[in-house]
Amino acid sequence: MSLFLARFNRSKYLLLLFLPALVYYILFKYVPMFGILISFKDYNPFKGVWESDWSGLKYYKLFFESPDFPKLVKNTILLGFYRLVFGFPAPIILALLLNEVRKQVLKRFVQSVSYLPHFISNVVVVSMMFLFLSPSNGLVNQIVEWFGADAINFMQDENYFRSLYVLSEIWQHVGWETIIYLAALSAIDPQLYEAARVDGASRWHQLLHVTLPGISSAIIILCILNMGQLLDIGFEKVLLMLNPSIYSTADVLSTYVYRTGIQAMNYSYGTAIDLFTSVINLAFILSANWISRRVSETSLW
Amino acid sequence: MKHKFNVFDALIYLVLLGVVVSALYPFIYMIAVSLSGPVPVLKGEVFLWPKDFSLNTYASVFDNPDIGIAYRNTILYTVLGTFISLFVSAAGAYALSKRTMLFRNFFMIMVVITLFFSGGMIPTFLVVKSYNLIDTIWAMILPTAVSSWNLIVMRTFFTNMPQEVEESGKIDGLTDIGIFFRLVLPLSKAILATIGLFYGVAIWNNFFSALLYLRDADLLPLQVIIRNMVLQGSGGANGAGNIGGDNLLIDESLKYATIIVTTVPILLIYPFLQKYFAKGALIGSVKG
Repeated sequence: MSLFLARFNRSKYLLLLFLPALVYYILFKYVPMFGILISFKDYNPFKGVWESDWSGLKYYKLFFESPDFPKLVKNTILLGFYRLVFGFPAPIILALLLNEVRKQVLKRFVQSVSYLPHFISNVVVVSMMFLFLSPSNGLVNQIVEWFGADAINFMQDENYFRSLYVLSEIWQHVGWETIIYLAALSAIDPQLYEAARVDGASRWHQLLHVTLPGISSAIIILCILNMGQLLDIGFEKVLLMLNPSIYSTADVLSTYVYRTGIQAMNYSYGTAIDLFTSVINLAFILSANWISRRVSETSLW
Repeated sequence: MKHKFNVFDALIYLVLLGVVVSALYPFIYMIAVSLSGPVPVLKGEVFLWPKDFSLNTYASVFDNPDIGIAYRNTILYTVLGTFISLFVSAAGAYALSKRTMLFRNFFMIMVVITLFFSGGMIPTFLVVKSYNLIDTIWAMILPTAVSSWNLIVMRTFFTNMPQEVEESGKIDGLTDIGIFFRLVLPLSKAILATIGLFYGVAIWNNFFSALLYLRDADLLPLQVIIRNMVLQGSGGANGAGNIGGDNLLIDESLKYATIIVTTVPILLIYPFLQKYFAKGALIGSVKG
């Protein structure tokens, strides 16, 4: 006990420095986690979280049996899957291309420019999509019409939603995501390239046998992290793109939670769907981490 | 090493040119349209340079009282929010970087858990509501005040700081708080600039908090105004409902001008800060 007091006394000023962060985490992160309880209750705003009556798994059942359930899960998984399949390799490819550029000035210029879209808000990006793709006078449709085709109403057509979402995600983040790969690339020992050249390896072979193995652990770590976000579709952007004519492909779990939970005030029901999403995400990241530790000995923890 | 310039290189440069053009051209196009007169815009004649150059659109952007209020709100949220976020994160991260702190591992686990699991949208909304933050400026600042990623990046930075800084402070009789404010913060300008930029941009761009927590038209930030002008006007985003304001038929170049006016502050500070942030973003990737 006296040892504890001594340690407390020694670190009291550090604890004081940490206090504002601690208060933040308790109030805005951990209290809401306990709020998940309302998904097992019939939440009544007048009674509050504790006093509301228990409802067991009623809301989970309601969701699993809802006609929207298969559509929402399918839309969410497909969107996450396409983003992973196309969005994950894109920065690796860009980083490898940049790595082949010998002129440092040019390389830095391309890098700086490619980070730019990362700092633009989702509202602006989606606004740009609506304006550029507008069927009446959007830039893209001017080009489409110039080729003699009819204008396409991209943003109102459910067939284009997934491609537009994934492409715009890549446009926004590809440059920024190269940072980590470029750092891994610059850490590769130049002697390895010398040795490969002495052995007569072409640039292509150097890429396969020196460069890629050199950044493989960065690739694996980011792949695991991305797996954990498979269902964690950027809510803002989908919501902004969403309109009833594209619900069949664009309505995902988080937008449905917003509509039924917040807008229609079915708080318990929405929370149940949210928890379902979080648990699946957690399961994805844990299994990706487990598999990776088995196969490649690289893991998050 | 000299390399012969071959097809391989030509292909690389072509792809990189494509990357540069696709990142820059949308902004050039929007600036050109916003500076053009209405007739060439309607006819679709503007591609690279403004035609019938006019500043009328910008004049009407600045005449619009909604945009003026929203601009002021966004600046207020960004300045105040960045300051609070940066202070809370830096102080917390510094404490977590010290091995001697009581409960350090417990607190660290507490922070890391939030990276992978959260209460979700509705419990957070109800909690913010129960604190009476709805329709106050704090709704834009407090619920997103600390980002665990940023906190961990800063902790890694402080962990790698030379031990001598702390020791010299101790000799001078400073407490940990004195060391933090007088010695550590002045030595951490690069990381503070980087993380400050991340927080500032995140608050400037924040649409989510405004959508959930603000109803009062006098508190709305720029992002909501743009959403209402451009997206509602185009018949999109009905799922999001309309927050304040009504739909007007708005002229195209006005939409572009509003987007530019909203994005320009970011475009302006960007070149000055970009040499810091790539470095800052990397500190976090070094395991601490």
